[in-house]
Amino acid sequence: MEITLTVNGQDVSSEVESRTLLVHLIREQLGLTGTHVGCETGYCGACTVHIDGKPVKSCTMLAVQAADTDVTTVEGLANGELHPVQEGFWERHGLQCGYCTPGMIMTAAGMLAENDNPTEDEIRHGIEGNLCRCTGYHNIVRAIEYAAAKMRGEEPAEPDWEVAQ
Amino acid sequence: MSTTSALGGAIRRREDPALIQGLGRYVDDIKLPGETSAAFVRSPFARAKILSIDTSDALAMDGVLAVYTAADVESLGPLIAQLSFAPRPLLNGGEVKHVGEAVAMVIASDRYVAQDAADAIFVDYEPLEAVIDLKDSLSDRVLIHEGSESNTIISWVGPFGAEPEAQQAVKDGIDAARERDDTVVVSQEMVNQRLIPTAIEPRRVLAEWNPGYNTLNVWSTTQIPHALAGGIAVSLGLPTTSVRVVAPEVGGGFGAKLNVYNDEILVSWASKQLGRPVRWVETRREAANSTIQGRGWIGTATIVGTRDGEILGYDFDGIADMGAYTQNFTVAIPFLGLFVGSGQYKMPTYWKIDCVATNTVTTDAYRGAGRPEAMYYIERIVDMYAREIGMDPAEVRHKNFIPSEEFPVAISPVGFAMDTGDYAMNLDALLETADYAGLRSEQEAARAAGRLVGVGLSTYVEVCGFAPAGLADLGFNWGTYGLPTAFNGSGLVRVNPDATATVIIGTGPSGQGHQTTWAQIVSDRLGIEVDNITVKHGDTTDSPVGIGTFGSRSAAVDGSAAYEAADRVRVKAAKLAAHLLEASEEDIVFADGGAHVAGSPDSSVAWGEIATIAYQTHKAPEGTEPGLESEVFFTPANATWPFGSHLAMVEVDAETGNVEILRYIGMDDCGNVINPMIVDGQVHGGITQGIGQALFEEAIYDSDGNLLSGSMIDYPIPTAGDVPLFELHRTVTPTDVNPMGVKGIGEAGTIGSAQTIVNAVVDAVAPLGVTHIDMPLRPRRVWEAIQEAR
Repeated sequence: MEITLTVNGQDVSSEVESRTLLVHLIREQLGLTGTHVGCETGYCGACTVHIDGKPVKSCTMLAVQAADTDVTTVEGLANGELHPVQEGFWERHGLQCGYCTPGMIMTAAGMLAENDNPTEDEIRHGIEGNLCRCTGYHNIVRAIEYAAAKMRGEEPAEPDWEVAQ
Repeated sequence: MSTTSALGGAIRRREDPALIQGLGRYVDDIKLPGETSAAFVRSPFARAKILSIDTSDALAMDGVLAVYTAADVESLGPLIAQLSFAPRPLLNGGEVKHVGEAVAMVIASDRYVAQDAADAIFVDYEPLEAVIDLKDSLSDRVLIHEGSESNTIISWVGPFGAEPEAQQAVKDGIDAARERDDTVVVSQEMVNQRLIPTAIEPRRVLAEWNPGYNTLNVWSTTQIPHALAGGIAVSLGLPTTSVRVVAPEVGGGFGAKLNVYNDEILVSWASKQLGRPVRWVETRREAANSTIQGRGWIGTATIVGTRDGEILGYDFDGIADMGAYTQNFTVAIPFLGLFVGSGQYKMPTYWKIDCVATNTVTTDAYRGAGRPEAMYYIERIVDMYAREIGMDPAEVRHKNFIPSEEFPVAISPVGFAMDTGDYAMNLDALLETADYAGLRSEQEAARAAGRLVGVGLSTYVEVCGFAPAGLADLGFNWGTYGLPTAFNGSGLVRVNPDATATVIIGTGPSGQGHQTTWAQIVSDRLGIEVDNITVKHGDTTDSPVGIGTFGSRSAAVDGSAAYEAADRVRVKAAKLAAHLLEASEEDIVFADGGAHVAGSPDSSVAWGEIATIAYQTHKAPEGTEPGLESEVFFTPANATWPFGSHLAMVEVDAETGNVEILRYIGMDDCGNVINPMIVDGQVHGGITQGIGQALFEEAIYDSDGNLLSGSMIDYPIPTAGDVPLFELHRTVTPTDVNPMGVKGIGEAGTIGSAQTIVNAVVDAVAPLGVTHIDMPLRPRRVWEAIQEAR
């Protein structure tokens, strides 16, 4: 069946099967491969995109359910610039293999849009639905704190790694 | 001599801009025209005879191109593996040996159709009794491999390399000490449970046969691109040079992508059969039941010691689960445990492990690979011994360390030559930094207030950057895949005509930051800015043959090769700079994008000018060969032995059994540090995987061999809410076996952490009478231990 939706500000119409997952529409038909598939069960969060501004796991949503919505993927988050969350991930080593990163960034951006001054605990609970196997989350928390400071117009805290003696 | 600050700098990663914008290219992001999709039919039985396979319905479906079963692929032989004691068929047509084993492969127009067709294939099985329990397997009551005499594939015994009589003498000595009236014996059977590696990117393969050029291009999520190219070439009967393997961005490996898998061979072969590109995308369920798993030991650790803390002997008797087959490193993993079986201690040690087959997924390297298991047993039993004699666990450790004077090249009680170490210094640094006495007072106050707060310690020593070369003669080599066999590292460094530099390595990262680290190494040697150095990796075309990314070996071994290659380039460049500056080459110093005469920075020449005459040799001294590059193979004289000590403070909720980590403090020593930001990141992730084992993760099989925890819902890896901020510190004891003095850090966190957490939890509940709880310490298990003790 044919559906229409907005993806990263562009109007899109697409022919999909009723069983086509939203993430497959985004990746295979629209060629936006920044959104990743990690578990296909809605658990890992690598496929997180924004639908009408809210983080959603696109592997557990059918493409037809996204008809007439406004979808933002990681590619459309800052349109060629860096969103403060993206900058924070780079500055504070918030990623290693990078596979969970787009989903993690989309979740963090959605969280900071609602609260730009979260506590460490709020950050941790805010990203609990996104799994990372590389970083131990330490530097992801620091990256989000960095982004939150930037969004508040404040100077981010210094990084906490010890430079070699 | 370092001429810039590139080594040791916390330089932002050069791989990140693509990855944070969703512009990184992973295997599944690469699309080819005319692609087809593969899906596998997998056994639902742990052990069964295949009576028949009916593929007719699947073949009749629209969009299905082919269905293959065992008979179709017999000519390819069994799966390539080093140290293969139990060859694994590519597709099984006889007796399947674990749930998830592939019995048929479908190729179809797209993934949805391929899966539909796989579901339509009917396989008639006759179920047979499966062997799952390790002690049951050891008894040989039922033999898993027809024609074999025992389920025990190999046993590793230490002191390694000693004659059996000498090994027995060590054991007899320990047994004699047990009988003495003045000694304490502490013994505990403990499980080090099976784990599922769980990289967030499952495995993927895309293969494209090009009949015009007789070449096969394969994109795969692999940690070992050259070995994979060799493995595919051997199976398909092609010259290695006809197979190009590319490992683009790889979304985490942790050992799971350190094998040549049957799907990689089969998809490549199918592409050649059909003349179409074929893609296979692993599901999360397949990642659990057909990709390797890790750990899976049960063993009894015993310490005999005096009442004042002197350990007189350590005996470890274990069984390790190999699973159904032996793949790349399967039987080598417990051997790696033996390397560090005696930990940081000097004490008579008898260490033995039997490696047995079971009807489960094959085990192989998972982060730490044998070393976390070995360290778990020694560090748990040392803690139990300390508790038994009423001595502080830090003090007991202190009393039994291998003294620093024995380094370099201390011979460990299990028989291995260790490079450098200063264990007392490192533990003291941890205790001081953590204010250990203060933490103990805090704990006392909490206990007085009725809270179950515990402090746990672990030291660790590990071994990485495998060497010496002679190990290759024991069968630990890559000859099966047509690779160099002496644990070489490799790297090519080229200064280009435009004065930029290119580094080409035959391995590839899966998150470790090779693009940044290698640029720092070469920048340090040549004085070319990091931003002007490109690191190409993960592509077998034109790269020096490399073994792979595993065993925390990359910086120490491959990095050393790049370091030496850059030095050779520098020697030639110094000659050219000396010519341009009319100076002596001994006086040339490289810094700030060029070369100058020592002591007179004004007398300088930019890299551009040096590069120009390197390629326009008519302007260079007579006899200069054109070009400015060097390829080096580095063979380390020994492995490196990083070490450290970790401390955790936890609180147990007596009502629920829930464990909360209040503090986690690390004092790691990986020798010199190239990029402290990346090193800390490795430790964070490593510790978290150890915490995952300690508290949450377990591959659970029922007695019929069904994997009960095969999804991310019932196999919970740590979330952000489960771990604290980590307080990381370092001591620096450089190695003497490579030019940079670096040891390796990829696995250290995992090797140090699981027992740190368990020691802390047991310390918290010890006043209630609990002495041990087997991992994972999920709330229910902790709660039950508390109830039983009460």
